[in-house]
Amino acid sequence: MSEFWQGTLEKVDDWRYRIPVTYKAGMKVPGILYADETLLKDIVRDKAPEQVANVACLPGIVRHSLAMPDIHWGYGFCIGGVAATDPEAGGVISPGGVGYDINCGVRLMRSEITLAEIKRRIEPLMNRLFTGIPAGVGSKGDIRLSAREERRLFVEGARWAVNKGFGSGEDLECTEAGGALDDADPSQASDRAYERGARQAGTLGSGNHFLEVQVVDEIYDEDIAREFRIFKDQVTVMIHSGSRGFGYQVCDDYVKSMVRAMAKYNIQLSDKQLACAPIKSPEGAAYLGAMRCAANYAWANRQCLMHRTREAFEAVLGASWQSLGLLLVYDVAHNIAKFETYTVDGRRKKLCVHRKGATRAFGPGNPELPARFQRTGQPVIIPGDMGSHSFLLAGTVKAETETFGSTCHGAGRVLSRSASIRACRGRHIDRELLETKGIIVRATGRSTLAEEAPEAYKDVINVVNVVHNAGISKRIARMRPLGVVKG
Amino acid sequence: MEKRYEAIEHTADFGIRAYGDSLSDLFTNAAVGMFSSIADLTTVDPIHKRDISVTETDREALLVEWLRELLYLFSTDGIILSRFDIGHMTERSLKARVYGERYKQEKHTLHTEIKAVTYHGLEVIQAKGGWKAQIIFDA
Repeated sequence: MSEFWQGTLEKVDDWRYRIPVTYKAGMKVPGILYADETLLKDIVRDKAPEQVANVACLPGIVRHSLAMPDIHWGYGFCIGGVAATDPEAGGVISPGGVGYDINCGVRLMRSEITLAEIKRRIEPLMNRLFTGIPAGVGSKGDIRLSAREERRLFVEGARWAVNKGFGSGEDLECTEAGGALDDADPSQASDRAYERGARQAGTLGSGNHFLEVQVVDEIYDEDIAREFRIFKDQVTVMIHSGSRGFGYQVCDDYVKSMVRAMAKYNIQLSDKQLACAPIKSPEGAAYLGAMRCAANYAWANRQCLMHRTREAFEAVLGASWQSLGLLLVYDVAHNIAKFETYTVDGRRKKLCVHRKGATRAFGPGNPELPARFQRTGQPVIIPGDMGSHSFLLAGTVKAETETFGSTCHGAGRVLSRSASIRACRGRHIDRELLETKGIIVRATGRSTLAEEAPEAYKDVINVVNVVHNAGISKRIARMRPLGVVKG
Repeated sequence: MEKRYEAIEHTADFGIRAYGDSLSDLFTNAAVGMFSSIADLTTVDPIHKRDISVTETDREALLVEWLRELLYLFSTDGIILSRFDIGHMTERSLKARVYGERYKQEKHTLHTEIKAVTYHGLEVIQAKGGWKAQIIFDA
């Protein structure tokens, strides 16, 4: 373990801690950490709070450098961070503030099936999902894209998949940004990015990505749960994946070009991985154009993965996905940069909101949400680790005023990958999960399982409780895993 | 030469520290270290070869670019690289011939997917009697 962080933290209330702007030379705004005392003990075990302070030094950053309770150390930017920059005040865009897996995100699909109805079919279902969904390191799928087809996918996002017959129009309405960001510019993605993107649409990947069959085991808010079409003992499916090799390549290309551009714009930062360029610069515009292609790629990818999931249910249960009620609850991005309007110092401003390991959490009445979520706020999906619960939350108006409409994204690691592998030496994580919790695990590699073992993560419930108690989102329902497909 | 490379611990990500008697030795060991994290190299036969040429502004950037090129070969061609012969090399450029084998599920064991080589905490320094480098990966 790396040494403890010893910087200044001021307690604001039970759920918020401040890193004062005076903590470090160059900070333009204070840092705010959302955490309780228990989580804070883990947070200061690495240098993540220092990274929150580093982000507070970015040109044009507005109001606060924010950290969610699942914050942990990342390269350059911490994971679990939110930063908004003002394009009119020299604000920057940073590829590192989005991350390599651009639009890594989660979608939740609900069903009309209850646990009792499916109990004896879960094993064949997991086997069918495992064979039907390409997963693992560098996994390639059966969807091959020509460069022309890729360009179309980069612009259309999830709609591209729906037009191919992989889903319905309603799926798009239940996807953040309708499953595509405007102004994607396919000419800004490199040849290498095209090459890596050609074979990976509709693949899960490896690492922390997964597909999980779950059951709703607790409802916290009956009223909103009903609006989200969620009920107790209902079977749900959660899919966690991103833009695959295409997104990694886009990020990689632009971190490199921005490292070079920083001197030109006279930007000095403590860590090259924070490399950035003004939003209103050719480099900034180029990255934004390419980043949007990758965001759209990820939405198309998750749409394809959901389609494969529906096919697996149809094959095993012998009924159409429509009659099984397999409908999308929502799809959220948790590695992305988007332009959103907020009130800062009494003025409405269009800001560039970087969310790296943070989820959008718009509240009721937000004009960007479709009619069905106007009363409830946006569904927010928080995956837990392999052995534990996941959560469905709803966004709040308070998130919009405090955190640029953002909340946490997951559990957050407490053990490094190698520490987790060491802790799991000689153990069979899949067998343990089956024997102790009845969870069926299907995975391509044993080392991924060891890296992603339950004890490698913080307990997601503590993270969810902080965002709920701080009011930046609201608990709606809890899901327990029945079966997991891992890369 | 004692140790060629070792893993670095970080909560979310991981990296390697590599050592070498010369700069080219260092770069070779960094490459072996990276691919040892990706796969079990003991079952990889060096039957496919590729030529690589990299030019950069300084030795840190050169190391990142070298590893990026190797990772690119793995990501697109699926070749697990296990042997690295660096020919001509300066602090700003290198030419190398690298060898490996295309991934076969029945023959090879993959470990971790490395998404990218980052600039975070990047170091290439001359230590007593040799060279030392630190590289953090995003995985």
